[in-house]
Parts: sequence; structure tokens; C-alpha cells
Amino acid sequence: MGTTSSEALLICEHCDTVYRRRPLARGDVAQCACCHAVLERHHGLSVNVMLALVMTAMIVFVQANMWPIVTLGLNGQLSGATLWGTIIVMWQQQAQVVAVLAAGTLFFFPLLKMFLLGWLLWFGRLGRRAPGFVPMMVTLHYLQPWTMSEVFVLGALVAIVKAHLYFDVVADPGIYAYAALTLLITIFAGVDLRQLWELTPEGPA
Amino acid sequence: MSAFPRAADLGLIGCHVCKLVISADTPARVDVADELACPRCGSVLHRRKPYSYMRTWALMIAAFLLYIPANVLPIMRTASLNDIDDNTIISGVVELWVKGSPDLAIIVFTASIVVPVLKFLSLGTLLLSSQRGSGWARPQRAKLYRLVEFIGYWSMLDVFVVALLTALVRFGLLSLVEPLPGVIFFGLTVVLTMLASMSFDPRLIWDGRDSDD
Ligand SMILES: [Zn+2]
Repeated sequence: MGTTSSEALLICEHCDTVYRRRPLARGDVAQCACCHAVLERHHGLSVNVMLALVMTAMIVFVQANMWPIVTLGLNGQLSGATLWGTIIVMWQQQAQVVAVLAAGTLFFFPLLKMFLLGWLLWFGRLGRRAPGFVPMMVTLHYLQPWTMSEVFVLGALVAIVKAHLYFDVVADPGIYAYAALTLLITIFAGVDLRQLWELTPEGPA
Repeated sequence: MSAFPRAADLGLIGCHVCKLVISADTPARVDVADELACPRCGSVLHRRKPYSYMRTWALMIAAFLLYIPANVLPIMRTASLNDIDDNTIISGVVELWVKGSPDLAIIVFTASIVVPVLKFLSLGTLLLSSQRGSGWARPQRAKLYRLVEFIGYWSMLDVFVVALLTALVRFGLLSLVEPLPGVIFFGLTVVLTMLASMSFDPRLIWDGRDSDD
């Protein structure tokens, strides 16, 4: 197979320019000379660190989904909204499209992303290709643009202010778990899947 | 034209899923429909995203058509003790501004109005200029495309705000927030604009007049 020689090449996805790959030092970013798109970044994180991050994110994810995202207080009454509470209410209020969008981009896709990455990294750590490696890597590629936790965090802040403006209620952010989750997701969202492809040798999966 | 070596000229093709570079003499797997498939991940290989112009135009026009009701129709009803108020995207921004949160008003305005409008204008410009094979401001157009890709999904902000408020503000009959149809149109607009920008192939910016396949 000609793959060994072609792994030494890199094609800019934004303008089709071909480059010979150079090893990157810590902090290096390879940029396309033609269109200035980022070609490749150096990742200082080892597989073990990545795996630890993904597992931490999973724990935080469970907590972020259990606790209310925002709590309101009005005349001693308390009202809190969890992610799933929000999704269910939207479904009941004839906004099923919104419910499905929220369930996908805030729950199922991030969850799937973490599970797939965790699974692949777990085996990658042992120098092996995980069972189902290829379809999982392809799924991760298509999942990439469809997680929106960071938008949701900003949305919660806006909702707190709006609740205060419209109803004169006290709002407490329970958003900390979500904010932490967003930070973790951002760290491993930048992972170059190319590295995972190359980390483990091809062969019977 | 640029002096950079381009994959299309060298007979190379990059897999858009796993980024493997496949040369003409590499035995790529051949799929049923006479299409080349990546030997590493099995995805169908294309030199350019298929039907990029047609798909991007179609998705963008559809998104624009939905963006009209998204702005005209109210997205949320707030009912409190003494009044019922239907909010559109714009009136929500104005209310935030007037009632003393200009910074958040700017954030919501940016996410809900500036970003979608910028997306329509940018994609329209990119489509028209690339279809003409224009060599005008190529690096800037390339940068514009990356910006559009990067900011697109932040438009979902207002959709999440409405959803959260609906779930939060439930104090018996005293106060209530309900989603109204505008928010559905808006959510769909955001998804369609995201699909539109994904369908556009930025390599077309750099292609000459006769090489759009
Ligand atoms: Zn480039």
C-alpha cells in the first residue's frame, strides 16, 4: 500500500494545496501558506491525559444533567430547570423541533462523542485499535460540528437576566457544572482525529 | 494564479473524513457505483464536495425563507399578573437594552441577527464570486468562509434562552412563559445555515473558471 508515503503529505482542506508534513514541536501550528487556514496543531496531551479528560468530562456531564441549570425564587417558591426538564417542557409546548434540537446538540451528541473518544482512547492506550474503530472514527467526524454546550451556557446567563427583567425573580445559576463541562469539551474538541488514525497500526480490527 | 502545488493537479486526493492522502497509483477501493472509496475509512472520495453550488444555494435559500417568519412571528409569550406580552427576536433585544442590560442585548443581537445576516451575505458573496471564477480577494474570501463556519452555531442562543425560560418560569398561573412558532422557524434557520456552509467547498474559491465539478 502506498499509505506510508502518503502519510508524509498533507492537503489543505480549504484550498487544495499539498504540503510535505513536518514534525511539530510543542505549541506549533502549521498554517497554509496559500489561504492561511490551520493545517495541523501540535497536541501536547498524551493519550493517557486525553483519556483522563474524557472520563472527567463524563462524570461532570452526569452532574450537569442532574442539577438544575438555573433556579428561580419567587415569593419563597422555588423553580428549577434541568436540561431534560427543559427538553420535555418544549416537547409538551408544541415546540418538538426545539426539543429534538436541544436533546441532540446538548445531550446525545456530546454523550456519544465522549463515549466514542473514551472507547477509542482506552484501546489506543494499549496500542490497539478498538473494536469498531473505523465506523466510530467516521461517526466522530460527522458529530464534530453538532455539539452546542458552550452556546447553552451563554443561553443560561441570558435566561437568568431575562427572568429577572420580566418577572422580578431571583435567579441562581447552577450552571457551574455545565461551565466546567464546556471547558473540558473545548479541550478535547480540538483533538486532531488524524492523530488517532495514525496512532494505531492498521490491521484486523 | 498561485504557484502552490495543488492536489487536483498532482493527481492526489484527500479523504475528507480521515484526511488520508491517496495518490492516483494507490489502490483505492472501488465502490459499487464506480466511485472511489478511501482505503482507510471507506468514505467515498471526492475532489470537491459534490454538487456544492447547488446544495449550498438550495439550503441557503431555504434558510432565508424560514428566517422571515422567524423574525416576523413572535418567539415567546410572557404572561405575568397584569399583562401578556408576545416577543419577537427584535423586541426581546430591545427589551434587554431598555431594561438595563445593554451588554447582553448586544450579545443576543449579534447571535440572532448579525450572525445569520452575515452568513447569508457571506455565503451569497462566496457563491457568486466562486461561480464566476473570480480571482478577487481570494485570501479574504477564504478567511470569510472560516469565520462563517466558526460562528454559525452561536445563533442557537435565542432558541436555548426561550427553552430555558419556558422550563423555569412556572409559578402557577401567576407567571408563565410559552414558546411561540417563531422559535421553531429560527431553530430550523440555524440548522439550515449550518448545513449550507458545510456544503460549500472553500476550494472552489481557488479554482479557476473551468474546474468546478
Ligand atoms: Zn490552504
